[in-house]
Order: sequence, then structure tokens, then C-alpha cells
Amino acid sequence: MSDWGINVIFQGQNFLRLLEGLGVSMRIAVVSVLISSVCGIFLGLLMTSRYVAVRSLCRSYLEAVRIVPLLVWLFVFYFELTKVLHLQLPAEFVADIVFSIWGTAEMGDLVRGAVTSLPAHQRESGLAVGLTRWQVYRYVILPQAVRRLLPSAINLVTRMIKTTSLVVLIGVVEVLKIGQQIIEVSILKVPTASFWVYAIIFFLYFIICWPISLWAKHLEKRWQ
Amino acid sequence: MDQSFIAASIPLYIKAAGLTLNLAFWGVLLSLFVGAVCAVIGYFRIPVLCRIMQVYIELSRNTPLLIQLFFLYYGFAKIGIKFEAYTCAIGGLAFLGGSYMAEALRAGIESVGKIQIESGLSIGLTRWQLMRYIVLPQALAVAVPAIAANVIFLLKETSVVSAIALADLMFVAKDLIGMYYRTSEALLLLVGAYLILLLPLSLFFRYLERRLRNVGLGN
Amino acid sequence: MKETEKILLEVHKLKKNYGNKEILHGIDFSVHRGEVVVLLGPSGCGKSTFLRCLNGLEEIQSGSILLDGSIISDGKAEWYAIRQKIGMVFQSYDLFPHMTVIENILLGPLKAQKRKKNEVEKQAAELLERVGLLDRKDDYPAQLSGGQKQRVAIVRALCMNPEIMLFDEVTASLDPEMVREVLDVMKELAQQGMTMLIVTHEMNFARSVADRIVFIDEGCIVEESEPEQFFTAPQTERAQRFLDIFSYEN
Repeated sequence: MSDWGINVIFQGQNFLRLLEGLGVSMRIAVVSVLISSVCGIFLGLLMTSRYVAVRSLCRSYLEAVRIVPLLVWLFVFYFELTKVLHLQLPAEFVADIVFSIWGTAEMGDLVRGAVTSLPAHQRESGLAVGLTRWQVYRYVILPQAVRRLLPSAINLVTRMIKTTSLVVLIGVVEVLKIGQQIIEVSILKVPTASFWVYAIIFFLYFIICWPISLWAKHLEKRWQ
Repeated sequence: MDQSFIAASIPLYIKAAGLTLNLAFWGVLLSLFVGAVCAVIGYFRIPVLCRIMQVYIELSRNTPLLIQLFFLYYGFAKIGIKFEAYTCAIGGLAFLGGSYMAEALRAGIESVGKIQIESGLSIGLTRWQLMRYIVLPQALAVAVPAIAANVIFLLKETSVVSAIALADLMFVAKDLIGMYYRTSEALLLLVGAYLILLLPLSLFFRYLERRLRNVGLGN
Repeated sequence: MKETEKILLEVHKLKKNYGNKEILHGIDFSVHRGEVVVLLGPSGCGKSTFLRCLNGLEEIQSGSILLDGSIISDGKAEWYAIRQKIGMVFQSYDLFPHMTVIENILLGPLKAQKRKKNEVEKQAAELLERVGLLDRKDDYPAQLSGGQKQRVAIVRALCMNPEIMLFDEVTASLDPEMVREVLDVMKELAQQGMTMLIVTHEMNFARSVADRIVFIDEGCIVEESEPEQFFTAPQTERAQRFLDIFSYEN
């Protein structure tokens, strides 16, 4: 059976190790999604502020994060943070920081979009019945905005999960790295190992992201 | 900061920026083609192709480009299907971008009202003429902002191709860091290079969007 | 023989379903060349659906439609070719917003009918002149009022030299002051001998322009008569009730 390349996945601890590697990426994704959700909501609300200075400050943050590829930010933070702080930060920790900064920016923009898409008279009628600005947010704007926000926010989550694959390039030992290790060990015995290993990683990502995408699509249909 | 190091490195970055742009250009072009094919298949609800397209779109949207590239470049080589890294990179970008463009075009096509299609039919246009003269021109105008966003997205995604040993901007920076450990200089140049590529493009798209909105085709 | 020769459009036992619900229950109907027929009926009675079936915009479940004596509803004939002979104007918003007035009008004759450009341009100019919009020919639809748009839509259909024109509530979404200008164009068209099939809620217009009124209710033709008779002494109770509602509103 050794000529069946796919067996390489199930030899010894290989499959388990791949899953462990996937766990590393997913941990980064979960941590940064959580941080981004909380910070993103605040950023989004700040972006609807009536003060131009606040709005443009938030806007600059968003544009700065967006204007270069995320992989570049990963490198910049990985190398420069170390230098500035004079201590060697683990790559995983750097990934948490970068993904949170990026996620906050994107989530903030989604929140801003959801809030400003509500017709002005919603806010006005809230104020008209004597609610404070905060109360208008809490009872009128947010409940409606959440419905507009949730599908796109969930899509952002899949985007963040997919993007965690980049962390291998700053040396985080995750699923792709472990895949490469497995390939190196078995390349002589199983020449097609890399095909099967990369195929399985491809499908592992797919199996995680696909249901989430379907959920987003489902919500979008239900709430439109 | 070592200024002479920066000056000496600039030509390397210019050459690499050429490759980045080249990959982005062909990636965008092919993505648009794939997206248009998908949009047409969806519009005419062509039976079997519709299914295949759905599978493709789900696969493309729910897997990372880096993994797609590794699978394409290292994986397929081992079962006898060898592509050059350059081909893989463009293929990967088109595989990824195609589904994004398809979505942009689909949304544009759906924005064209039913009444538009019916009045097109009522003056005796064929399905193809309808697509050519009525649906596409209006759909494209609506889809421009989404397409523009995808172009920027794809240009940024090209940074991943350094992982399959293509000498793009990212690759040059990594190389310089590896050889000389001049991280600050290498990364400064990297950020600068992407800014020079992306900033004008993104400003131009914003201008284009505003123009389109002001012209206001709608009733 | 002579009577049947004059028949331009004929419908036999036409049935139309939406899902399991039958909307039209076997309609028999015909229009003679040069005749102006107005379809009346309460909203949801199926009159618009009926009109759309005649143009192939709705698929029919059974029955047949004949234009000039030949069957057009059997799926063998190409609808796009038939539609060139059947002009249709819709309720609203049907000009192509990305084309100027003249481009809107020329599209069908040039692309569908493959006619010569200078010949069509001449005809288009004449028609635009007649509806008083020649000076607006290079404007975009967004620059026109609702009434002007509908007049252009009528010209666009006329420029195909159709044998029959279908009007589907063309004034229903216009502001009241613009209704008149569109109805005047239609009336002039009727006087010139165009064969017309009109769905409308403008009772006075219907009375003055129609050669025949066809009253439809719940997917059946309930009554067919000359306008004077229909409006003064309707034969059925349902038609009477329908007219009562309108006289109350007026």
C-alpha cells in the first residue's frame, strides 16, 4: 500500500500533527477575531462621530492599515517591534497583534457602514422622543445595525481565518509548516507526499471556512 | 538607517515592482475573464456549468491563496503536472480573483431591473443583444466600485507569491533581510514601494467612483 | 372570408398559471386590424398578465395565440422576431438609462431589425417631432419628466413599425398633470388607424378612444361591448360594480 501517497497523511501521528498545526492558526484567528470585534465596534462608532477630527483620525488608521499588504505588516511588526522593544517576541504573539490591528480596522469600517446606512429619520425620531445620544445608539441604531452588520462581519471572520495562513512566513509553526516537515520526512518513500499533504491542508481550510460562509449567506437571505 | 544601502537597493525594488505589477495585471485580467464567464453562466442558468461554477466559487472563496499556490506549485509537480512558478502565480490569482469578480459582476447584473430586460425583449432583441446592449453596460457601471476594490485586493495578494520563489517586492525584502539583516531599510523600502503602487491606484479609483456616481445613470 | 381576413390577433383558450394558481382561465379573444381595444378590470384581474402573454413575456400553459393568421405561441417561432411586430409600452421606467433618447429609439431598428441607419434616423426624427420631443433627442432619460419618458417609450416602440401596439397602464405611475400629454399621443395614434390594445384605469380616455371595451374579472372575459353601451348600460353585475367604484371616486 506504500505506493498510495494519500496514506502518508494517516501514517503515525501525521494527521494529528496537521490538526495541531491548524489549531495554532485557529487560535490566532479566534483571539484576533474576538479582539477585533470589540475594538471594531468602538472604532466604527467613533467613525460616525460628529467631530471631523475624530472621524479623520479613524479614517487615517483604516487607510494606513489597508494601503499595504497584510504580509508586509506582519514583517514590519515581526522585525521592528523586536528592535524597538529590545526583546524577542514570539512570532505567534506578533501575529495576534497584527491580525487584531487589521481586523479592528476592517470591522470598524463594516460597523460604520452598517450604522450610516440607517436612514437619518431613525436617529431623529429617537432623539425626538427624548432619548440621549447614547440611548439612541443602544435602543434604536445598534439593534438595526447588527442585522445589517452580521453577514459581512461573518465574512470577515472567514477572511481572517484564511489570512492566518500567512503566519507561516514569519516562522510560526502551524499547519503548513508541519505539512512541510511531514513531506521532508516521507519524500523518499512517498514521492507524491506533497500533493496529498497540500491537498489535505487545502480541504482542511475549506471545511472550516465553508460552513461559516454558508451561515453568513443564510443570515443575509433571512434578513434582507 | 543606512542611506547608501537604501540607494543601492532601490534598483532591486524597481525590478521587483515590475514583476509585482506584471503578475497583478495578468491576474486581474484573467480574474475578470473568469468572473465574466461565471456571470454569463449564472445569468443564462446553463445547467451543468452552473453546478461546476458553484463548486469553483465555494472552493475559491473558502481557501487561502497561499495554500492554493503551494498545492498548485509543489503539490501538482509531484504527480507529474509541472507549472512554472510564474504560471502558478497568475493561475492562483485568477483562481482566487475569478470568484470575487464573478460576485461583483453578478451583483451588477442583478441591479439591472426586470423592466429593462422586458423592454429590451419587447423591441425584439435576442438574449445576446440584450446582454450586450442593455444588461452589461448598466451592470458594469454598477460593478465598477467592487471591481476596483478587487483590483487593489489582488495587487496586494501578489505579495504571497514570494513563497513560491518568485522575485516580487516581498521576496526582495526577505532576501535583503536574510543576507544583510538590514531589516529597517529593507522594510522601509518595501512599504514605500507598495505605497507608490497602491496609493495612486486607490486615489484614481475613488475619483472614478465619484465620477460615476455624479453622472447618475439611474432614473 | 372577408371578416377573418381582417383579424390581426387571435387568442384561443389561453390559460396561464403562476405555480398552482390559475390566473387566466381560457381566454378567447381577437383584435381586428385598425381596431382599438381597451381592457378594463379591477387590479389583479389578470389584464396585464394577458397583455404580457401576447408578447411572450409570460409563458402560457395552454391555448394558442395567432398573429396575422399564423401561430406564434407554439415555441417554434422565435419570440424576438415576433416582438418586432408587436410594440409594447410599460407602466414606467423602461427607457434604457445609459442611452440618449435617440439611442434608445434606434437600438431596436438597427440591431434587431438590421435596418439602414439614415432611414431609421429620419423616421425617428419624424416621430419625435410628432410627440414634440425632437429637441430632446440627445438628452438622457434622467433629464426628462415622466410624461416625456413615456412619449419617448411610445416612439421607441413605433419606430419598429409594429403591426399592433400594447399599452400596459402607461399612465399609472405618472403625476396627474403629465397623464394628458401621453394620452393625447395615444389618441392621435388611434385616429391614424394603429391597431391598439390598451390596459388603463383612465375611464374617460377609454370611453373616448376605444372601439370596443373588454371587461376582465378573475381571469375571465366577463363582458365585451362598445364603449357607450359599457359605460351607460353594462350587461353584467360585476361590470356595474366595477364602474360604481370609479364613479364614486370621481
